[in-house]
Amino acid sequence: MSIESAHSHEDDHGHHHKETFITKYIFSQDHKMIAKQYLITGLFMGFVGIAMSLLFRLQLAWPEKPFGIFEILLGKWAPDGVMDPNVYLALVTIHGTIMVFFVLTAGLSGTFSNLLIPLQIGARDMASGLLNMISYWLFFLSCTLMVASLFVEAGPAAAGWTVYPPLSALPQAQPGSGTGMTLWLVSMAVFIASSLLAALNYVVTVINLRTKGMTMSRLPLTIWAFFVTAIIGIVSFPVLLSAALLLIMDRSFGTSFFLSDIFIQGEVLHYQGGSPVLYEHLFWFLGHPEVYIVILPALGITSEVIATNARKPIFGYRAMIASILAIAFLSTIVWGHHMFISGMNPFLGSVFTFTTLLIAIPSAVKAFNYITTLWKGNLQLNPAMLFSIALVSTFISGGLTGIILGDSTLDINVHDTYFVVAHFHLVMGISALYGLFAGVYHWFPKMFKRMMNKNLGYIHFWVTAICAYGVFFPMHFIGMAGLPRRYYTNTNFPYFDDLANINVVITVFALIAGAAQLVFLYNFIHSIFYGKKTKQNPWKSNTLEWTAPIEHFHGNWHGEIPHVHRWAYDYSKPGHDEDYIPQNIPLKKGEEELQH
Amino acid sequence: MTIFLTLILLILVTVSIWQVTKILELSQPKEESTQIADDDDNQMQGKLMLVFLIFIYGLTLFSFWRWGDVLLPDASSDHGPGYDTLMWVTFSVIFFVQTVTQAFLHYFSYKYRGEKSRKAFFYADNDRLEAIWTIIPTIVLAALILYGLYTWNDIMYVEKNEDALVVELYAQQFNWKARYGGEDNVLGDANVRFLQDFDGKNLVGIDATDPNGLDDIIVQELHLPVGKEIIFKMRSQDVLHSAYMPHFRAQMNCVPGMITEFAFTPTKTTEQMRMDTDVISKVRKINEIRKINSEELIANGEEALDPYIFDYVLLCNKICGASHYTMQMKIIVETEQEFNKWIKSQQTFAQFIQ
Repeated sequence: MSIESAHSHEDDHGHHHKETFITKYIFSQDHKMIAKQYLITGLFMGFVGIAMSLLFRLQLAWPEKPFGIFEILLGKWAPDGVMDPNVYLALVTIHGTIMVFFVLTAGLSGTFSNLLIPLQIGARDMASGLLNMISYWLFFLSCTLMVASLFVEAGPAAAGWTVYPPLSALPQAQPGSGTGMTLWLVSMAVFIASSLLAALNYVVTVINLRTKGMTMSRLPLTIWAFFVTAIIGIVSFPVLLSAALLLIMDRSFGTSFFLSDIFIQGEVLHYQGGSPVLYEHLFWFLGHPEVYIVILPALGITSEVIATNARKPIFGYRAMIASILAIAFLSTIVWGHHMFISGMNPFLGSVFTFTTLLIAIPSAVKAFNYITTLWKGNLQLNPAMLFSIALVSTFISGGLTGIILGDSTLDINVHDTYFVVAHFHLVMGISALYGLFAGVYHWFPKMFKRMMNKNLGYIHFWVTAICAYGVFFPMHFIGMAGLPRRYYTNTNFPYFDDLANINVVITVFALIAGAAQLVFLYNFIHSIFYGKKTKQNPWKSNTLEWTAPIEHFHGNWHGEIPHVHRWAYDYSKPGHDEDYIPQNIPLKKGEEELQH
Repeated sequence: MTIFLTLILLILVTVSIWQVTKILELSQPKEESTQIADDDDNQMQGKLMLVFLIFIYGLTLFSFWRWGDVLLPDASSDHGPGYDTLMWVTFSVIFFVQTVTQAFLHYFSYKYRGEKSRKAFFYADNDRLEAIWTIIPTIVLAALILYGLYTWNDIMYVEKNEDALVVELYAQQFNWKARYGGEDNVLGDANVRFLQDFDGKNLVGIDATDPNGLDDIIVQELHLPVGKEIIFKMRSQDVLHSAYMPHFRAQMNCVPGMITEFAFTPTKTTEQMRMDTDVISKVRKINEIRKINSEELIANGEEALDPYIFDYVLLCNKICGASHYTMQMKIIVETEQEFNKWIKSQQTFAQFIQ
């Protein structure tokens, strides 16, 4: 199938199409252009999300102090420059939503799945270019809706990124649960449609369009990660869609799926028989797999970047695939660990503790395999490599505290405290961001035909790496001290007065980290136009994308698509002069392919 | 002033980053800058990796030294010490693994920094190694899971206990109320639909036709007798809340439309806690901070902060709206005699609605 389709398209794609500006840059069906669209949209949203976090960090470090910047950016929501508590909650909510969904799901997976799946498996394009284009534009629409929700009269959604009802269902409960919440829900519904179209496309492409010789056991780990991520998305995103739709029904059509026995603002509401716990189940059935939807592509990118730059095969290729599959399977049966104290039966707590702690095993295997890949390597410490190594570091630091939170007993006292915030920011936030940066630095030449400046990359890396630990390590202490998250300020309780100076330290690190991202932004934009022109295979990598010409055209390769003769990790193989052997080079006489 | 200084500092940091990058950029001869790491870069970055390892360890030690005293004092409930032990056992495992793996990761990054003249060691697989680091985590986690589940069952299964005191925790935006069963120690039926009865005096919506409810006592300050099991029944009238009592290692969500449960036995009275050495030093530190903050307030012509005295507190730990951060109730743990005396002085529901 893959061979035939490849051949039959050959004539169509051997030379340039006549393309107009609109079909080339806006409504493009070329996966490479769509990848760039995803990346730039994702980065834009990322800067919005990070800017929001800096605003609420200022409030946390210097509570209820006036800042000119608040007056400028928040206007009537910061009277005399002092942030309003409702706006604080709105910023926290939208920061979470943007970072989790728009940056680390669409921006990361959307960019690199689109760019790399066809190029690394040897396909002319995605299985359906049209669906791919629609998927991007739905994503763009959902971003627009989310940004638009910032400007509605009563402010955007403010019920936390998990938008638990009844808080999110009742406009009487908080101002953000009015039009802002409606826009949030519609935006998410559109986003889910976009994700599903994209994920179906990825799965079909990987299954059907691999070039000759590209068996599943020769796929680069990036593709394995994107492929499995897409499957998790297909399984879990529809459940979130159902939760969002039921919540819309409760809000607008008077149903009682999630609501019962409510008295608010002096009025007994008619809702009867629903349960917010049902919403929690539906939400976390996506919500937990979602963190693996975020982290698996980052780990896939890391596998590729570490192997290439260590000039060494990734250690334990089969074990890596097995652990991706194990993580994917387990990720769908652990959602209850977000609900240990939600009032569900304690027996369920036991079950979810068991499945949750099991997930640490494949995660540990991955971490050990990365470390062993570095052992006796010849490490080329490019910025992408540094971000990948740092990803392993934060994945370990953040993952380990998961053993505490995944244990139902220990969760009792740290649940919903800053300990949780520190944990998930390290293990999925920072790690996935590092994956995104590693991917951008590594594949920038493929996307934009130019190199990024490495020294700016080093500065970006070191400032970010130091500040990331500077922000999130002390945060564990605030959580262990018992301070709940989503508090507008800790000064309302004298008991927490001694946490104020930790908050100042955290905010200072956060502001410096924010400034470091400007270095990245400058490097990114500057290099697109003025970066040094790249060679075809700058990192001397084995995967197929580097066999494609530097110039982009729809169809990826002139003439025939290269055939694959070996796995992607023949780095420094004994008996060869070069320390890399691209996948399309046939085995030498007498050379054995590794039995992996 | 501090804000101003910090902002200045930030601007300086940004400017200096900018300047350093400019210098680095200019110092590179144009022809050679391929933007791919060369041997010099590998040398430099490899060494920095080692420095970074020291930074991680340093930050860990510094945080414990500087902020170790902000952590919660020893637990004040029957199940608390079991919780704390499990926490420290788990923490020891985590610290050990963190220290060792970070060392390997960063040391290898330094040790094997690349040289163009060298080739890496081709080493793709080792089933025995994979088996080792699958089995060891499995054993460790199995032990932690079993230990954790044992403790969990101990804490969570609320057994029938005739002697236990039943207390309802009632949450609403943005305050807490507590209800005691009164003479019969049985809570009367309740529903939000009864909240508007008796001109709004029916504070938690007790069904006045249920005789069990008439002697119930509703209060805004939670009193608990030491050494007696308390079975909490949680309710909420509007949105999700969470009853979080960090000193007792206790937490349970309050869900509109259902009653949730949590039970524990307080073991230390408020007075005993105030005598605890950890608590004394924590309170002293907090009061020093409050004194400094007060000076600033006085300078601005505002009132000084009251000195802090330790009290147990019940916090809301589930986002519930704008004033989520203020939602609390004071908890007083006292001897049984003191408790009995206090509760006798409270009005019953029947008296209150008269």
